[in-house]
Amino acid sequence: MSDTRGDIPSVVERTRPVTVDAPVVDVRFLGDTAAFVLGEEALVLLARNGEERRVAVHAGVVLSAAADDERIVTGGDDGKVVATDASGATTAIAADAKRRWIDQVAVGPNGALAWSAGKTAFVRSPKGGEQSLDVPSTVGALAFLPKGFRLAIAHYGGATLWFPSAQAEPERLEWKGSHLAATVSRDGRFLITAMQEPTLHGWRLIDRKDMRMQGYTTRVRSLAWSADGKWLATSGSTQLILWPFHAKDGPMGKTPQLLAPMDVPVDTVGCHPTQGVVAVGYANGLVLLVRIDDGAEILARKPGEAPVTAVAWSADGKLLAFGTEDAKAGVIDLG
Amino acid sequence: MSDRIPVTVLTGYLGAGKTTLLNRILSEQHGQKFAVIVNEFGEIGIDNDLVVGADEEVFEMNNGCICCTVRGDLVRIIDGLMRRKGKFDAIIVETTGLADPAPVAQTFFVDENVGRKTKLDAVVTVADAKWLKDRLKDAPEAKNQIAFADVILINKADLVKPDELADVEAHIRGINPYARLHTTERCRIPLLEVLGRNAFDLDRILDIEPEFLAVEHHHEHGDGHDHDHQHDHGHGHDHGHGHHVHGGSGLKHYHDEEMQSVSLSTERPLDPDKFFPWVQDLVQKEGPNILRCKGILAFKDDDQRFVLQGVHMILDGDHQREWKSGEQRVSRMVFIGRNLPQGKIREGFESCAAS
Repeated sequence: MSDTRGDIPSVVERTRPVTVDAPVVDVRFLGDTAAFVLGEEALVLLARNGEERRVAVHAGVVLSAAADDERIVTGGDDGKVVATDASGATTAIAADAKRRWIDQVAVGPNGALAWSAGKTAFVRSPKGGEQSLDVPSTVGALAFLPKGFRLAIAHYGGATLWFPSAQAEPERLEWKGSHLAATVSRDGRFLITAMQEPTLHGWRLIDRKDMRMQGYTTRVRSLAWSADGKWLATSGSTQLILWPFHAKDGPMGKTPQLLAPMDVPVDTVGCHPTQGVVAVGYANGLVLLVRIDDGAEILARKPGEAPVTAVAWSADGKLLAFGTEDAKAGVIDLG
Repeated sequence: MSDRIPVTVLTGYLGAGKTTLLNRILSEQHGQKFAVIVNEFGEIGIDNDLVVGADEEVFEMNNGCICCTVRGDLVRIIDGLMRRKGKFDAIIVETTGLADPAPVAQTFFVDENVGRKTKLDAVVTVADAKWLKDRLKDAPEAKNQIAFADVILINKADLVKPDELADVEAHIRGINPYARLHTTERCRIPLLEVLGRNAFDLDRILDIEPEFLAVEHHHEHGDGHDHDHQHDHGHGHDHGHGHHVHGGSGLKHYHDEEMQSVSLSTERPLDPDKFFPWVQDLVQKEGPNILRCKGILAFKDDDQRFVLQGVHMILDGDHQREWKSGEQRVSRMVFIGRNLPQGKIREGFESCAAS
């Protein structure tokens, strides 16, 4: 399987390279502006008109990023949380009093924000009120539920569900091990975490039923829901893994769909915002567009020297951005 | 893979002098830049640009392997540090005095991202010449730290008499005959003895044996002390008679009741189809008791040296290089652990020879 997909349809020639001077650790779209998150200090914004702009956001390493349509929020080892919009204007959201690393950030409905430093999770409500909650160990991931003002916090030994505006005690979901990434299904019924082991864990929130999703070769770092919410696409194997969430039990008792096999692991996945297509970034630098229905593939980037670290689609699905560990980046115009 | 950042782990019981060694490393003019990961609650200041506080969060892997523990905070911190690529040459991890070194070492094998970007260079243990013997009796952590070490500094050597020092050395050798041993005062030691050891690359197993009882003494000359080292380097360590483990003739010898090492060696080429099932089965069954294992192996019809290392149940091995012409193709393995079934291990190893 060491082919480089030389014989499949290609959109490689539609790529506009973007100049980045550091490894790319994440990429998001703010409207039709691509925001590349560099491993240190800055974002690089590429506007639709081709204008590139480097925006300094942190005085050190950028540890975490999350975005909605209007702003990208980053956390740094300078203890700061910074929001940046498509024009490159930055807003300081918070600065940790002890200058601890901001390990995680998340954005929620209606402009809600969350971040974490060590064992403490912080939220800022859409109205601007700030609250914090200590969990038993360092926060591994943060994810807002799709509705209301409710935050899932992954940590060692499970996850905590927190309604910051309610008086009720946060709910604890237990599962032994270290939970390092988290996502909530579009319908809000399932919380899925990626663990230190090469496995996913899931909870059906209504009855806290556990789900184990196994068979991975490496730690899962990238999780993305398909446009219709029926599939969870993941990295962590030498093929694209798609867990079915059509049924009321989610993937319980079901096997995942396996597409686009290669001889190297999938490192990052990004689902098209309207169609059943997944952009898949591999450890060898290859990017493929894979159709969920039939596994058809389109070549988006030829293999390079280093892993693809991030892929993202614009909201209209016409632009695909990618970035790599060896400081290569581009935007492909599919419109 | 050679661009992986080397990581040195500093361990040692409370008060032995870890932070003194750390500050000595950092203040020396060596032209290297370090990222230092220290225990958050440390009291003494660290003089370095890049210091990260860790919280020693140890957790069990949920993989049915009870002894497989990992430092979750290290996974996170190294992930973050590696985004600064090119800004430092090496990482030093200082553990708390009560820390078990196993989770630290296992982190480098278990997390593929950490393993891809960094490599464990050596576990360096600082021992207090005066108090180590007591701690070996009452603190299991102290014994683990000695058993685990690739390099051991017997520090504060100036505070004990030469015969006491020899006794401490013998106690250490009873637990771990394979570490490089140095006696120091205020952790004065050439940095090359501590950093860049490549200890986890195992080459030293073959190299070290002929001199494994030799102790290197580092002392400042001209400071007015009269160092009367009782055991010099010339009193005839005889390694010609197969005394691989406890060979010295001139030194006192202690057998630790609990912690031992088993050294295996064979000139017959090994059969990989026998060896791997055997060693995997062994670490599955004895994993909780095996603190470390290391090996350099010669397989039948294989022109490459195979190196193997492990911590508890985790094994990590790879071809290292071609056997050199004229190099004796000897397979050698060492296990250090608690209550190891020596006879069974020896027998199992022997049975892995290719027919």
